Amino acid sequence: MSPRKFSAAFFITCLGDQFFPQVGASAVTVLRRLGVEVTFNPAQTCCGQPAFNTGFRDEAREVAARVLDMYQEAEYVIAPSGSCTTMVRVFYPELFADDPARLKKALELKRKFFEFSEFLVKVLKVEDVGASFPRRVAYHDSCHLLRELGIEQEPRTLLRAVRGIQLVEMKDNQLCCGFGGTFSVKFPEVSVAMGRDKLRAASDAGAEILVANDSGCLMHLAGVIHRQGLPLETMHLAELLSKKE
Amino acid sequence: MSETGVQSGEIHERGNAALADAHLQEAYKSSTLRLLNHRREAIKEVPGFERLRERGRELKREIMEHLDYYLGQFADNVEKNGGRVHWARTGEEACSIILDLARRAGASEVVKAKSMVSEEVELNHALEAGGVRPVETDLGEFILQLAGERPSHIVAPAIHKTRHDVADLFAAQLKSEHTSEPERLNQIARGALRGMFQKAGMGLSGANFAVAETGTIVLVENEGNIRFCTTAPRVHVALVGIEKLIPRFTDLGVFLRLLPRSGTGQKLTSYTSILTGPRRAGEDGPDEMHVVLLDNGRINTLASEKMREALSCIRCGACLNACPVYRKIGGHAYGWVYSGPIGALITPQLTGLAGARELPFASSLCGACRDVCPVKINIPDLLLHLRSEVQEQTPAPKPKGALVEERTAMRLWAWAMTRPFIYKLGGGLARWGQTLYAHKGWIQKVPAYPVSRWTEDRDLPALAPESFHTWWRKHETKK
Repeated sequence: MSPRKFSAAFFITCLGDQFFPQVGASAVTVLRRLGVEVTFNPAQTCCGQPAFNTGFRDEAREVAARVLDMYQEAEYVIAPSGSCTTMVRVFYPELFADDPARLKKALELKRKFFEFSEFLVKVLKVEDVGASFPRRVAYHDSCHLLRELGIEQEPRTLLRAVRGIQLVEMKDNQLCCGFGGTFSVKFPEVSVAMGRDKLRAASDAGAEILVANDSGCLMHLAGVIHRQGLPLETMHLAELLSKKE
Repeated sequence: MSETGVQSGEIHERGNAALADAHLQEAYKSSTLRLLNHRREAIKEVPGFERLRERGRELKREIMEHLDYYLGQFADNVEKNGGRVHWARTGEEACSIILDLARRAGASEVVKAKSMVSEEVELNHALEAGGVRPVETDLGEFILQLAGERPSHIVAPAIHKTRHDVADLFAAQLKSEHTSEPERLNQIARGALRGMFQKAGMGLSGANFAVAETGTIVLVENEGNIRFCTTAPRVHVALVGIEKLIPRFTDLGVFLRLLPRSGTGQKLTSYTSILTGPRRAGEDGPDEMHVVLLDNGRINTLASEKMREALSCIRCGACLNACPVYRKIGGHAYGWVYSGPIGALITPQLTGLAGARELPFASSLCGACRDVCPVKINIPDLLLHLRSEVQEQTPAPKPKGALVEERTAMRLWAWAMTRPFIYKLGGGLARWGQTLYAHKGWIQKVPAYPVSRWTEDRDLPALAPESFHTWWRKHETKK
């Protein structure tokens, strides 16, 4: 563990807040175990991605502008989502490209905004968080995390250090699960068909648990699992890393 | 005769029909994955393939930024080589130029090389209407011409057809023996086409690259039919989109390594034709060479600093192969000649946003396309940009089951999201409201959009009994 004391504002993400508060609670638990001082801004709502993803950039900017202002004092900001982190780090600078004052803030925020697993490995330099979880687990690369942020090994590094875990890789592990934000309701049939492919890959790999770092992917995959009655579970990486089974 | 016009508005119906067709699903999946695997192996052999992609991207950017200069240089050089250059602002203009050339050549048949741009301008329809018979000589295009269909893939136009489909088609249309042996099917097609190359008065091709420095047309292929089309008939016409230019002859060293490897996973295609002018005295080749340079909306795209990146596309088809959405909905769902991620970018720009407004949304934005693009076009980013253009410029129809239009819903959403109190109140109201629908933590059906669409084929987890906000307030602020 690092001797330096880190302090970080936790950014729950709107899906996490409303559907999966245990993801946030787990992430906070893990961060604290590692000695991070965690704060939470109760004025937080959403990063603005739903509007941005649907093509409503003015609305996205309104919501994003709040986020720029909320974390000016924070040393680090941590989100349990590759997608929200991508929104902040990749798309905020694009949204505010023509607004120099906000662009400056966006670039500042970009430097200190981290996805959860990335923060653990790259900033805290931690690989073993002390978790134990004796199950067969497949890790799903969510697309924004993988392709926009280039985070591929960090979650796997953390998972490999978990006691008792059997980490398996899925065939075509970089294939999208089909969530895609508003794509999931604009093209629901395609979205679900893609989800089924992903779940089949998880089953074929012998996984009991499908773990990922994005509540969007997990909500979608869990929804398909539940509708079809498949023998699989989904779990957010933060939850898994908080386990001591 | 195949369909005409833009049917991109039918993407949902067509895509779902493709999804329900197990036979089609298998055809798309096996072919695209095979092409992707070939690509993966082929690029391994090239040290610095990443740098090559970067170089390809830079060269195309150079072309887009100085297109006027390079077009002028190319046209001058074509003429210097003894060729003729024709300028077509629209597809109709291109068709009438080509029809006119066919008439002047006295050609009642035109043998055609595979050319997406000729599909774009619906050249076959125009030729037929003018009394000239177009004969597709690429095996895939030959199959589609017999079937009366459009290409479903940029480089493998009949990718949606299995050999069994082709067996049925040939037996019905060509009265040939019924066989699904690829070798025999090839022989049958070859038998039907060989005489045409000798008979046709004109050959038509597209171009993979047009070299400004030398006025050269470059074509890559595997069947040899393009070389036939461009050399056997007395007149060769190349229909070329203005974005096909590359600056210098030596730049072929970059693009000929990028294109075949990305498209089909080949080091080089079986034939690479490099055509600089018509035949010279004592040589074989056509007496006349014409180049028709086509705009058809490309200059409009060029005007947008953001979207012009899409014009860098060298039509390798790798983004289609990599796209999980394309693999599900198939090429025909996109409703025009260009399909997949690049089609979702090009079609709205060349045919207008209104008729193709659904296309930029037909992507989960996973970015697999960008990973394989030989010129590193940032396709997801451009799709997002196009989504914003669509929402600004074309009114969205109200989604089925929605209480309000999407724009109104987003305005309301932004209003709530910028007011934490309203956001939390909304969460509370939703928790109260969901008791009507939720059973054991899951929601199976809600009549209102967008949840109605979500719950068609999957369940929705119910909102957690308490939000993270509430949890934090209870657990943390008391300490």
